[in-house]
Amino acid sequence: MNILQILSNVEEHDPEIFERLSTRRLAMRSFAGLGKKLSLTALPLALGSMFQKAYGQAGNPVILDVLNFALTLEYLEYRFYQIAVDSPNLIPAGVALTAITSIRDNEQAHVNFLKATITALGGTPVAEPAFDFSGGNGSGNGDFKQVFANYSLFLAVAQTFEDTGVRAYKGQAGNLLQTGDILEAALNIHSVEARHASHIRQMRKLNDNADVKPWITGKDSGIGPAVQASYDGEENTMQAGVNIVNIGGQTISINAATESFDEPLTKAQVLAIVDPFIAG
Amino acid sequence: MKVSEKNGLENVDVLAFQKALHRRDFLRYTGYAGTAIAAGSLITLASCKDSDGNNDDDGVDFGTGDFAILNYAYALEQLEAAFYTQVIATPFAGMSGPEKSLLTDVRDHEVAHREFFKAALGTKAIRGLEVDFSSINFNSRDSVLGIAKAFEDLGVSAYNGAGRYIASADYLLLAGKIVSVEARHAAYIRDLLQFGSFADSSVVNGQGLEMSRKPREVIGIASTYVKTKLNASTLPA
Repeated sequence: MNILQILSNVEEHDPEIFERLSTRRLAMRSFAGLGKKLSLTALPLALGSMFQKAYGQAGNPVILDVLNFALTLEYLEYRFYQIAVDSPNLIPAGVALTAITSIRDNEQAHVNFLKATITALGGTPVAEPAFDFSGGNGSGNGDFKQVFANYSLFLAVAQTFEDTGVRAYKGQAGNLLQTGDILEAALNIHSVEARHASHIRQMRKLNDNADVKPWITGKDSGIGPAVQASYDGEENTMQAGVNIVNIGGQTISINAATESFDEPLTKAQVLAIVDPFIAG
Repeated sequence: MKVSEKNGLENVDVLAFQKALHRRDFLRYTGYAGTAIAAGSLITLASCKDSDGNNDDDGVDFGTGDFAILNYAYALEQLEAAFYTQVIATPFAGMSGPEKSLLTDVRDHEVAHREFFKAALGTKAIRGLEVDFSSINFNSRDSVLGIAKAFEDLGVSAYNGAGRYIASADYLLLAGKIVSVEARHAAYIRDLLQFGSFADSSVVNGQGLEMSRKPREVIGIASTYVKTKLNASTLPA
């Protein structure tokens, strides 16, 4: 009894067997270098050809674009925190500096992980852009020019970057649909960014009594109009055609309905938001 | 209907089949969920269709495909919503005003998630689960927040691990919209227990990646707090 015969027999009962075998997921795990290795030569011919078909998708330009887009955002976050940690007298020593340092380390790890993944998939990691964290497109004279001198402003910009990052990853999930380990890694980064956002928001509450909670209420930034584009759309209360307000006869306020789901941003929206922070 | 009867399959090369198809897919496909199959043993490709729905003796049936994953999320949200409903109904000793306010938010979010899945699943939804919180001391801050931390971290790892099994881009996005809110909760609860522990090394590895858990592992952990018998056999291992 060989494998072809098995598949053939099974196919009589299940014409969709080949879809059910999830070849793409398997191939991604194997060839992305992210999981256990499977030896192609050890596989029967039929499965080998299925793997090769899936293997071709490893260099999928859509996936590489998503990963390079994510890498750009991670460069932004890493460099922002690195400069902040290295700025004397910006972040209070103790729990605050410890937290920001650990966030910096996470972002650096994300940069390294994405560069390695892009390379493993046969792509070329984009280079780190020159940043202008004043938000002045390289002039150094934007809305946030005191960001590394004013702790409250630093936390406000950090919150915006984290919340934007969460929305950016979410907006790319569909492009990574059924890519196995690649999607999962993106999700594993996405939730870390959300944890960062939650903590930065709590730091703002403690330090500045900012009008924010660990989650996003309506489209409120608790910051001001300069960052509004990062929050527009978060006021959504409809999910898959279902109104979340008072859903199922429960008392769910408009605020709670908006808080309970984070919303995505498109790549174009994210690029427009980060554009002022990129020199040139 | 057994394939073996019709096709006379007897000595199937189990090892080659498993190696080629990956163990999880193999088990899911054949319906031998959670059952170890000895190499070289006779395989019968029994039907995996469970036609009698939700309430058979094998426990709550999650269904198949994306519905199984959505029901899986629905089960977890039921657990979380029931937990925080109790937390707010019987606040632990010394719960501060800001804590009461934000934990009420968390309850409302979890109830919204639960009701959303129920509505989205419609007739495919599993029934309401009976919970068992007898091991939790709701008067104790440490007990409540310790369980809250465990539930939130578990929820995030569950969504992170389930995304790869979702076939619909719409459902994947919805899961993404919820998981980041769960991660915000998780960080908040952790910070209540120990400020600064929002993303520590127990949940985020050296590559900056948060952990994932496979559905059956999650169900195994969650079952401690669920009285209703759950049948995870249609979920990925």
